[in-house]
Amino acid sequence: MSLTYLEAIREAQAKLLRDNDHVFIYGQDVGGTFGGAFKATKGLAKEFPGRVLNAPISEDAIAGTAIGAAMQGMRPIIEMQFADFSSVALNQILNNAGTHYWRTGVPIPITVRLPSGGTKGSGPFHSQSMESLYAHYPGLIVMTPATVEDAYTMLIEAVAIDDPVVYCEHKYLYYHLKADKLPEKGLPTGRARVAREGRDLTIVSYSAMTQESLAAAEELAREGLEVEVVDLRTVKPLDTDTVLASVARTGRLLCVGESFPWGGTTAEVIARVTSLGFHLLDAPPQRLNAKDTPIPYHPNLWSAHRPNAKNVVAKARALLRE
Amino acid sequence: MLLTRILEEKLVSLYRGGQITGGVYIGKGQEAVSVASGLFLKKGDIFAPLIRDQAGRSAFGEPLVDVTRTYLGSRLGPMRGRDGNIHRGHPRDNELAMISHLGAMVSVTVGTLMAKRFNGEKNFVGLTCIGEGGMQTGAFHEGMNVAAVERVPLVIVATNNHYAYSTPNEREFACSDLVDRAMGYGYEGYSLDGTDLAACLEVIGSAVEKARAGSPPQLVVASVLRLSGHGEHDDASYVPDEMKRQPFARDCLKVAEETIINQKLASPETLAGWRKEAVAQVEEAIAMAQKEPVPEGNKEDWCALSTRDLLDHPNDEEGLV
Repeated sequence: MSLTYLEAIREAQAKLLRDNDHVFIYGQDVGGTFGGAFKATKGLAKEFPGRVLNAPISEDAIAGTAIGAAMQGMRPIIEMQFADFSSVALNQILNNAGTHYWRTGVPIPITVRLPSGGTKGSGPFHSQSMESLYAHYPGLIVMTPATVEDAYTMLIEAVAIDDPVVYCEHKYLYYHLKADKLPEKGLPTGRARVAREGRDLTIVSYSAMTQESLAAAEELAREGLEVEVVDLRTVKPLDTDTVLASVARTGRLLCVGESFPWGGTTAEVIARVTSLGFHLLDAPPQRLNAKDTPIPYHPNLWSAHRPNAKNVVAKARALLRE
Repeated sequence: MLLTRILEEKLVSLYRGGQITGGVYIGKGQEAVSVASGLFLKKGDIFAPLIRDQAGRSAFGEPLVDVTRTYLGSRLGPMRGRDGNIHRGHPRDNELAMISHLGAMVSVTVGTLMAKRFNGEKNFVGLTCIGEGGMQTGAFHEGMNVAAVERVPLVIVATNNHYAYSTPNEREFACSDLVDRAMGYGYEGYSLDGTDLAACLEVIGSAVEKARAGSPPQLVVASVLRLSGHGEHDDASYVPDEMKRQPFARDCLKVAEETIINQKLASPETLAGWRKEAVAQVEEAIAMAQKEPVPEGNKEDWCALSTRDLLDHPNDEEGLV
C-alpha cells in the first residue's frame, strides 16, 4: 500500500469522523459526490451522512459557524478551498476564535484546513502561504506538516487540541509525497524534527520547503558538505530548543520559507537564534523566502519566485564560505 | 427597560466622573426592542446581543453585577479586565460575547444552532441583534445567508436607529426599506415601531415562536432614534432637530410609562416604587464591583491558549516576550 500526502489528509478525516461524533466537516465543495476541489474529502459525505457539508462561498461565515459550533462542544474541521481565500475569514479566525479563550475562558476547538503554497500555473490568488500571518496573532496553533506521516498524525492531533488550529497543508506535496503506511502516533505537537543530520550547516524549514531543503542537502552531500535539516512541523509553537541545539552543532543557520519575506517565520527563527544563541553562530544567519511580489502565474516566473533546491544550495554554499 | 435606563444613567455618570476607562455605550431609546429580544428566550436558547442590548441581556438573565464588574474592570467579572464594557458574555450559558466587528456574531450564532441540531436537541432558537449599520457588512450578509441555507431557527432583530456612529441612513443603504431584504434571503420579515413596547413584545415574541416551530429564519426591523451618542464620548450634535421630532424619535420608556398609567395597568406610585427598587439594585451592583480587586499586569496569566503546554513563550526569562 502506498499513500500520498493528500490521501493521508483524507484518511485522517475519515478516522476523526469515525472516532468522534462531534467532528463534522464544513467548506466549499467538500460534500456531495465531489469531495473537495482537491478531493481531500472524497467519499466522506457518503460514508458519514450529514456530517460533511457543502457551504456557500462565504469564508467568513464558514469560520463563524465553526466557532459557534465549537462553543457548543463540536469539533469542526473547516476547509478553506485555497489558503488565499482564508483572508476573507481572517476576522473570524483572528478576532473571534483567537481571542475567545483569553476573553471568556471558553476555548474554541476548530481546525482550519488551508490548502497552501504554490503549484505551477496557480498565480497570485491560489498559491499563498499564510502561516506567518496566522502565527503573528495570539491564541492560535499553526501547523505546517512536511511529510505524509505528519500530515496524518498532525491533523488528528489538531482536532484533539482544545484551541483553534490553523493546519497548513501544502498543495505541492499532495501528490508528490508518498508513504508506505500511516503511523499511529507522531512527535508531540510543537516539537521540531531533525529530518537529516549534519555538522556543517543547519537549515530550518517547514512544509514543502523541508523537501526542497532535503534535496539541497543531498546535492551538497555529494560535495562532502554535511547539512542538518530541521523541520519545524509547527511554526507556532516554534521549537526554539531543537533549533538552538542544531545550531550549537553546526554554527551556521539558514532558514527557508515559502511565504513572503517581510517579517514572518524565518525572521522569527533568526531573531530567536541571534537573541538566545548568538555565541553559537560562526557566521551571520541567513534566510531565503519567496520574493516580495505577488506570486506569478507563468512557470518560469513561479520557479524563480519561490525558494527551491537549487537556490537553497546556492545560499547554503555562500553561507558555508563565510 | 427601567432597570436598564437607570443602570446606564449611572454608568454614564461614573464615566463622566472618570471612574470608567474606555467608553460607555448605552441603548437609550432601544430598550423596548432589546428587552423583547431577550425576554422570549428560554434556557438552552442562544442569545447574541450587540452594543445596545443591556435590556435584552438582563431579560435573558445576565446578572447586573456582570455589567458593573466589566465596566469597572473587576477581576471577578466574566471578562476579568481582559475585555470591557459591552464586549462581555457567558458563552457557557449561551450568552455569546460579541466582538466589535459588526455582523461577525450572526454566523457564530448559526454555528451554535447547527451544533444543537447535531446534538439532537429540539425546540431551541437563536436570536442575534444588529443595527442598520452592521447590516451593511459582508459578514452580516454571509451570516444571514448561511442561516437560511442551513435552515436554522434564527431570529435577527435589526434596530434601525438611523445612525451608524455619525453616518445617517442615506449614506448607509439605498433600498427603500431594510425589511425588504428578508425576501431576498429566504426569511420572513416584519417591520416594527421600536418605540412601542407592546408592539415589540408582540412582533419579536411571535418571531421567536415561529423560528422555534420551524419557520424560516425571521428578520425583524425596528425603527427608533438613538437617543444618545454612539458612545458617551460623542455628543451626537450631528443629529438635526427635525429628526428628533419624528415619530420614531419617541422615547420608548416614556411611551411605555404613559401607556401603563393611561391604561391603568399600574399606578404612578407603583411605577415610582419600581424605579426606587431599580436604583437600589443598580447601586448595590456598582458598590460590589467597586470593592473588588482589579487585574494587575505582573500577576496576570498571560496565556492565550487553554492548551498550556503548547504556549509559544513558556516563560519570560527567555527574553522572547
